[in-house]
Amino acid sequence: MAVLILAEHDHATIRPATLHTVTAAAQLGGEVTILVAGENCGAAAEAAAKIAGVAKVLCADDGAYGHHLAENVAWLVKTLADGYSHILAPATTYGKNILPRAAALLDVTQISDIIAVEGADTFRRPIYAGNAIATVRSSDAIKVITVRGTAFESAAEEGGSAAVEAIESAGDAGYSGFVGHELSKSDRPELTSARVIISGGRGLQNSENFKLIEAVADKLGAAVGASRAAVDSGFVPNDFQVGQTGKIVAPDLYMAVGISGAIQHLAGIKDSKVIVAINKDEEAPIFQVADYGLVADLFEVLPEMTEKL
Amino acid sequence: MKVLVAVKRVIDFNVKVRVKADQSGVETANVKMSMNPFDEIAVEEALRLKEAGTVSEVAVVSAGGPQVQETIRTALAMGADRGIHIPCEGDLEPLAVAKLLKALMEKESPDLVIMGKQAIDDDCNQTGQMLAALANRPQGTFASKLVLSDGKAEVTREIDGGLETVSIDLPAVITTDLRLNEPRYASLPNIMKAKKKPIEEVTPQDLGVDVTPRLETLKVEDPPVRAGGVIVADVDELLDKLKNEAKVI
Repeated sequence: MAVLILAEHDHATIRPATLHTVTAAAQLGGEVTILVAGENCGAAAEAAAKIAGVAKVLCADDGAYGHHLAENVAWLVKTLADGYSHILAPATTYGKNILPRAAALLDVTQISDIIAVEGADTFRRPIYAGNAIATVRSSDAIKVITVRGTAFESAAEEGGSAAVEAIESAGDAGYSGFVGHELSKSDRPELTSARVIISGGRGLQNSENFKLIEAVADKLGAAVGASRAAVDSGFVPNDFQVGQTGKIVAPDLYMAVGISGAIQHLAGIKDSKVIVAINKDEEAPIFQVADYGLVADLFEVLPEMTEKL
Repeated sequence: MKVLVAVKRVIDFNVKVRVKADQSGVETANVKMSMNPFDEIAVEEALRLKEAGTVSEVAVVSAGGPQVQETIRTALAMGADRGIHIPCEGDLEPLAVAKLLKALMEKESPDLVIMGKQAIDDDCNQTGQMLAALANRPQGTFASKLVLSDGKAEVTREIDGGLETVSIDLPAVITTDLRLNEPRYASLPNIMKAKKKPIEEVTPQDLGVDVTPRLETLKVEDPPVRAGGVIVADVDELLDKLKNEAKVI
């Protein structure tokens, strides 16, 4: 068995989601190779080589991979696939964009968003927004898989000493190009790796009131998230969204403030260790999954918490 | 310019799904079915392109049993021009659907294919990317904005870090995210009109596609249940519990 992992990286560092994918690969057994496709991405390749349990790093350094365009990266994966039994990527917007394209080029199906490895060809994955868990077995020669990060521990960033091999670019498809991006800049931790998250919902009423959430977040060193309703209403940008179609999170502490608890939101938080719900509506479904519930007006609770923390 | 929109019939998003006692799947008998919400957004986007004069025809396709014609009718009632039904029985995997759509692309030559980024039943998030790969065309996935000009699509994509914009040559495949638009409701006169719109049948055999699944579902189970906890009286009690009982702050 041999596993190829498509690493998510920013050319200088390896994104945390990749470390969780390495753990899933280790459970499959066999040699783990990491592919770093980027531009001036030597530093990311070196970082990948240090991850515990990694045997080899392939580094494709080319302008075609500078913006992670799916058309180019998927083709590269396809050209490298020979000899691997499994190809994995994190189930982030990066992996979800590229890997199904690579799977189709290989004429194999993809097993999306796995939460457990039951064997070399058998995996568990959530369906219906996590309201059911399917166990599936693949008959394809190469198993192409995206991995839900919250379901696997992070591999150690240090401890490995894999060789880095520079590989040829597979070229630019020539029909897609990067125009620009608007990335959220924040000093707070990232949602998908934060130990504590405090999220706001429709109950916050407007963008300005999110400052109350931020004040508590700063006291706790927490990441700030939001429900779909808060994002749709324009209170916060899209990348704050926690839930089935946003980010799946599993912090030690998740605080839901002014969030009613639609099933799509609950699907994204239910692996959190401790869930706190603060809502003035005692009938809100969020209370059914919360370890600690506080039925109260968030506009009184949040300032009080900020003061007492 | 011609647009092909692919839609899927799924259990309505408001229905709480129930796992069957024999663990073979989820209960679908006597359950309300609807168009996958992301696909409704795809239909809406195509209609807006037509209303803006950019697009001349919107064709809607769905694969599945005879009931998917209802879902196609829903799209026709929203304003799509014609429907294509690919009759299939049993589970269809994204790769099989992508192959059907690729064959249909060759037949129909659309400039744009739009579909939801994922279906809310199997949550795969694969079909659009797979279709783009098989057709050897570019993809604009998780779109929150779409602008067409000069044979190109400028697509703003929702990514984990924020937003990204790419420019892709047409023909291209677009998959929709939640915030691309708000789909319209079909009006009663349009529902009546939709009954007269044509739905053509094209079989997988016509398209030369083998739709045999590659995955076997061994079982489907309920997720572990999270037990509800306690209601605390005030902020002091909450902070005390978090510090001393849960030890998370």
